[in-house]
Amino acid sequence: MDIVYTIWLRSMKRYVRSKSRIIGSLGMPLFFLLVLGYGLNSVVRIPGSAGQGYTGFIVPGIVAMSVLFTSVFSGIQIIWDKQFGFLKETLVAPVSRLEIMLGQTLGGATTACIQGSIILVLSLFMGLSITSMLGLLIAAAFMVLIGLSFTALGIAIASKMEDMHGFQLIMNFVIFPIFGLSGALFPIDSLPSWLRSLTLLDPLTYGVEGVRYGLTGTTQVHPLAGFVVMTGFTLFMLVAGAALFRKVTG
Amino acid sequence: MIAIVVENLTKTFNGFTAVDRVSFTITRGEIFGLLGPNGAGKTTTISMLSTLLRPTSGSARVNGFEIVKHEDDVRKSIGIVFQDQSLDEELTAYENMDFHGRLYRIPRAVRQQKIVDLLQLVELNDKRDNLVKTFSGGMRRRLEIARGLLHEPKVLFLDEPTLGLDPQTRNHLWAYIEQLNKEKGVTIILTTHYMDEADRLCDRVAIIDKGKIIALDTPERLKDELGGDVITVKASEPDKLSAQLKALSWVNQAESHDGQVTVTVQNAERHVAELARLAATHGIEIESISIRNPTLEDVFLYYTGRTMREEEASSKDQMRMMHRLHRR
Ligand SMILES: Nc1ncnc2c1ncn2[C@@H]1O[C@H](COP(=O)(O)OP(=O)(O)O)[C@@H](O)[C@H]1O
Ligand SMILES: [Mg+2]
Repeated sequence: MDIVYTIWLRSMKRYVRSKSRIIGSLGMPLFFLLVLGYGLNSVVRIPGSAGQGYTGFIVPGIVAMSVLFTSVFSGIQIIWDKQFGFLKETLVAPVSRLEIMLGQTLGGATTACIQGSIILVLSLFMGLSITSMLGLLIAAAFMVLIGLSFTALGIAIASKMEDMHGFQLIMNFVIFPIFGLSGALFPIDSLPSWLRSLTLLDPLTYGVEGVRYGLTGTTQVHPLAGFVVMTGFTLFMLVAGAALFRKVTG
Repeated sequence: MIAIVVENLTKTFNGFTAVDRVSFTITRGEIFGLLGPNGAGKTTTISMLSTLLRPTSGSARVNGFEIVKHEDDVRKSIGIVFQDQSLDEELTAYENMDFHGRLYRIPRAVRQQKIVDLLQLVELNDKRDNLVKTFSGGMRRRLEIARGLLHEPKVLFLDEPTLGLDPQTRNHLWAYIEQLNKEKGVTIILTTHYMDEADRLCDRVAIIDKGKIIALDTPERLKDELGGDVITVKASEPDKLSAQLKALSWVNQAESHDGQVTVTVQNAERHVAELARLAATHGIEIESISIRNPTLEDVFLYYTGRTMREEEASSKDQMRMMHRLHRR
């Protein structure tokens, strides 16, 4: 546990110091929030959303987006550690790979949840109202699951990559589709059924719907089913990430 | 007391043998050097001894522990400064040390005290709260050495400790390394492709080329084995001259390289005149002749027929150098 904490602590220190990265990675979610939220609020009617309008609908999606991107980035950070040589320092120490991997995952998930929470707080100024404490806790739980699973995914990907060259490819063909297919920006119920089944294959869909259920009370996936799927996905990614990270030679 | 025993250690990468049946024994308290050109297999050897790479065959014991079977015991008992920098630049000097101390499970009170002591030893204590990215190449190297010592390893590996550093900083680091060895009794294994570094620091040197150890002894004995002096001749036709010289009984060895001929002989003074005459009779023009004591460079030349400088620095190493120079 000491070792996991040590690795986590380093992630936190690096995060707090990277002011430009904190602000930079808030840019895109904020842009989406403002443009889509204000721009489409009066145009788009979401069936069944109780009076919160399109803004209320996409806030959970944007929060999830922010958690998703931050956590994938944090996981992929390992490539930088590889390139700057720091990974060797951890790999040659008498500690297990699992401890290192868990520390990285917790660190990434923590920063991702902080980023998501900043978006959440900012959306309060755009008219989001939080009505129930329990709801907030549910949303937080789903944010944590998204953070853990996708940091682990980032670590799994980074373990297989030698340098940052493949990064753009991964973003375009893995992360953006995962985001786009989830119900972050549109209600999945209004999709044609073939596309809807595709979104149900996307683990992020369950994360987004869980956050949405917590924040607004509306959802298109049963929250308990969502919770089971997200927990399962998180466990799977942790195991896969740890297995791939074990093979890294620095 | 034996610190390290290596027996027929071998590493192949996809059919390419980077380290080829290397064997040696290092005594406790020794400074042992692995000297060889780029790509000789020094880093690969160190990586295997420090458990980062699995050997293809052969075995080694470090501080009595098998490197393959008892990884964790080996890891606890060694410190290592990698060829490439391995600090977190976004952390301060103290935080880098603290991270290391926690990884090695050093209790807080001991850790805090030792970090301060070691930072003082490498004269970085007044910079302890500065981010490493503000440090010069020499400061980084010193910090890495201090970090490698934090858990009191019995054996310290230094992979090209002064690569890319300016002469003054190198001298400074050499003094530290000697001090560590003398005062703390740490066994040190260092790799280098600088002759002067191996000569100055090492009790014994293994000369390694293309994955094989081609000579192993004290620097003095390695040089003595060449027998006498080294004459360097700059001449118009070095290949022709060296061929002529090789036929003479008083010439131990003659090699042409870089447009010159290096000749090892006993009592060089007595033979210079004859050498000049020989060149003249064959119509070879001599630009200059110099006599000196042999260096480890001559030893390498003697065994391989090449100079270490001829070895083109691999592009990766050149990039590393550039990288380091830029960051200074
Ligand atoms: N991971 C690797 N895969 C393939 N070849 C490697 C690898 N590591 C080292 N080599 C090769 O092994 C040889 C020895 O490398 P190295 O041990 O780094 O030499 P040195 O440290 O003496 O400069 C070089 O030819 C290098 O290209
Ligand atoms: Mg090397």
